[in-house]
Amino acid sequence: MRHLISIEDLDREGIERIVAQAQRFAEVSDREIKKVPALRGRMVLNLFYEASTRTRSSFELAAKRLSADVVNFAASGSSVEKGESLKDTILTLGAHKPDAIVIRTPWAGSAELVSQWTSAAIVNAGDGKHEHPTQALLDVYTLIRRIGSLDGANIWIVGDVAHSRVARSNILAFQKMGARVTVAGPPTLIPRGIEAMGCEVRYTLDDLGEADVVYALRMQKERMTEAWVPSLREYATFYQVNGRRLGSRQVLMHPGPVNRGIELSGEVVDSPQAVITAQVEAGVVVRMAVLYEILAGARATQSAPNLEPQPA
Amino acid sequence: MTDLLIQGPNAPADLLIRDVHVVAPRERIDGRHDVRVREGVVAEIGEAGALEADTAEIVDGRGRHLMPGFVDPHVHLRTPGQEHKEDLDTGTRAAAAGGFVAILGMPNTDPVVDSAPILRSLRDAAAREARIPVGFLASITRGLDGQELTEMGELRVEGAVGFTDDGRPVVSAGMLRKALQYQRLAGGVIALHEEDPSLSGRGCMHEGAVSTALGVAGIPSVSESTMIARDAALAGYEDGRIHIQHLSARESVDAVAAAKAQGIKVTCEASPHHLLLTHEDVRSLDTRFKMNPPLRTEDDRRALIDALRDGTVDCVATDHAPHARDEKEVPFEQAPMGVTGLETSFAVLHTELVRPGVLSLGTLIERMTAGASLFDLPTPTIAKEAPANLALVDLDAVWVAGEHGWESRSDNSCFAGRRMQGRVVMTVAAGAVAFRERAFTLVGS
Repeated sequence: MRHLISIEDLDREGIERIVAQAQRFAEVSDREIKKVPALRGRMVLNLFYEASTRTRSSFELAAKRLSADVVNFAASGSSVEKGESLKDTILTLGAHKPDAIVIRTPWAGSAELVSQWTSAAIVNAGDGKHEHPTQALLDVYTLIRRIGSLDGANIWIVGDVAHSRVARSNILAFQKMGARVTVAGPPTLIPRGIEAMGCEVRYTLDDLGEADVVYALRMQKERMTEAWVPSLREYATFYQVNGRRLGSRQVLMHPGPVNRGIELSGEVVDSPQAVITAQVEAGVVVRMAVLYEILAGARATQSAPNLEPQPA
Repeated sequence: MTDLLIQGPNAPADLLIRDVHVVAPRERIDGRHDVRVREGVVAEIGEAGALEADTAEIVDGRGRHLMPGFVDPHVHLRTPGQEHKEDLDTGTRAAAAGGFVAILGMPNTDPVVDSAPILRSLRDAAAREARIPVGFLASITRGLDGQELTEMGELRVEGAVGFTDDGRPVVSAGMLRKALQYQRLAGGVIALHEEDPSLSGRGCMHEGAVSTALGVAGIPSVSESTMIARDAALAGYEDGRIHIQHLSARESVDAVAAAKAQGIKVTCEASPHHLLLTHEDVRSLDTRFKMNPPLRTEDDRRALIDALRDGTVDCVATDHAPHARDEKEVPFEQAPMGVTGLETSFAVLHTELVRPGVLSLGTLIERMTAGASLFDLPTPTIAKEAPANLALVDLDAVWVAGEHGWESRSDNSCFAGRRMQGRVVMTVAAGAVAFRERAFTLVGS
């Protein structure tokens, strides 16, 4: 794998390989010294055109645990604000010869586009409302750890599907892993033709009991001002996953950050069904596995990574 | 009233085109002839090999077809104000290379062509620079703002071919109604870009399975068709004449057909890209496939082809919309709408529709020249005493679009890299040679 731009870049076997690698890294994370020298001397550039705390810090931590050098570049406060184009920014940063560029932008297709302008490997950390493949991988990882296998699992993705890159990547990834996916939400936020992605569509949570896994999406306040929903109060009435709707055997997921009281009630966030913190934890090891696969992948297939702690 | 078409200085041609296959569907000519052009006028059409050589240049027509030159009623020449994309020289050169003998420029320039002085200075520039005859439409509303009517009467006296706010719809029905009323004074067709902004929103491609998979906001087909239905009703009520620009959807074809059936004076156009491409081509998010209206589904494409064949769609128009490379080398959602089209229009339609037998060559020629009469311009013809407006085409020539660059200043062609069959080798516009294929022979190799 040269880049990770879309979940489409991976088949089931590829996803399983990354999950297995992430498990090996998870064992390292439990040690006192969490750093391994696998990517020593390599440079990872984090290029974020959108505000992000968890994804950016998770990539940064992943790269550092692999001993890579990390450079963070945020669009605000940079030459981007002086009107530099994406292409020129990439050409400029490319002059520092990064081995990998982790990029997030508000524009669909930008990771793919950027891959044409640099020899660095590209990891898509979110391109507009299109895809967020590492989120999908960490969600698959989290679910495998929790329920063993996704084969035959019934997964409901609930909420603002229209504006969610997480939903798109997860629909693809969950299906590749053998799950059946249903999307549910207000009709204004379920995009036309989503059935073509192979999922079922529901406009109520009446049958939420069918689900083995409930994946709630973040409901952004802007959606109300843009009149996608009449009110967040009414949204919560119909679509909030709460103690009444969530069964004791169901698994609850959320990409974060959670709006308590809107898409999720406080009690389910804190319930044993919720794996939301496990998702965050998985973020680091899965991104380690992705960076490792991309930057050391060819060698990785021959031998297991050097997991020995780095000499101080 | 001044002439609607204007062009730069040129020398009337003297040519003897020998043994060429003349295809002129309106004149019912389809066979091999000699055609003599003297002083820019078709002087004689004789049996192949029958016309005597005189001092004129002899053009070998063997294996080639001679057609009436094409007319494009929808071109963005980007002048004034955006000459980095195109100017009157490069735009008309591109048109001539595509076999066009007359084109109409849209007024969404900077400044907008919304007053007599701006139109006058633009026509003055065309009188210096245009390689082929050009006409200009003026805007319906000042600054394309949809708020105040332009001085349509005065603009018409200065030579406005018609009126359009192209690039934007006339959102207010009341405003369009006033324009239709004023059309009784001013004349000129009102050409409409149909789109309901409350439905298209921030969309930048067709709303459907592909936009959903890509997470890109979509423009539904009904954004176009509902406005066509509204505006046809207004035109019927005011007995006005409207031309619907760049149809993209089956629903729009149905709306135009219904209006025509009621006797409303409505005509419409379709572009080569809407006739040949679909939203599946947008999957790559290549900005060369971003235009407004967007590429829609295979079903829409088939509806447009059927409508072009049966005449519901009156003519082909390219909506040639050049953009500089750096403007298009950005993420899809940030890129401006529009693609070039003048240099590929005939070739790509010949390759994709005529050669597979979907459309006859005669019908294609008819639809590529019909734009003239819709805007009250003389239709190019191959007839004795008619001004020479001719496209000489090698229908067997195979080429790759863009392989030798473009005459246009911009290269945002959605057909770039596509293999085409059929190439314009010479264009005679308003009696003068406007384009000649450059043939180089390497000596000594």
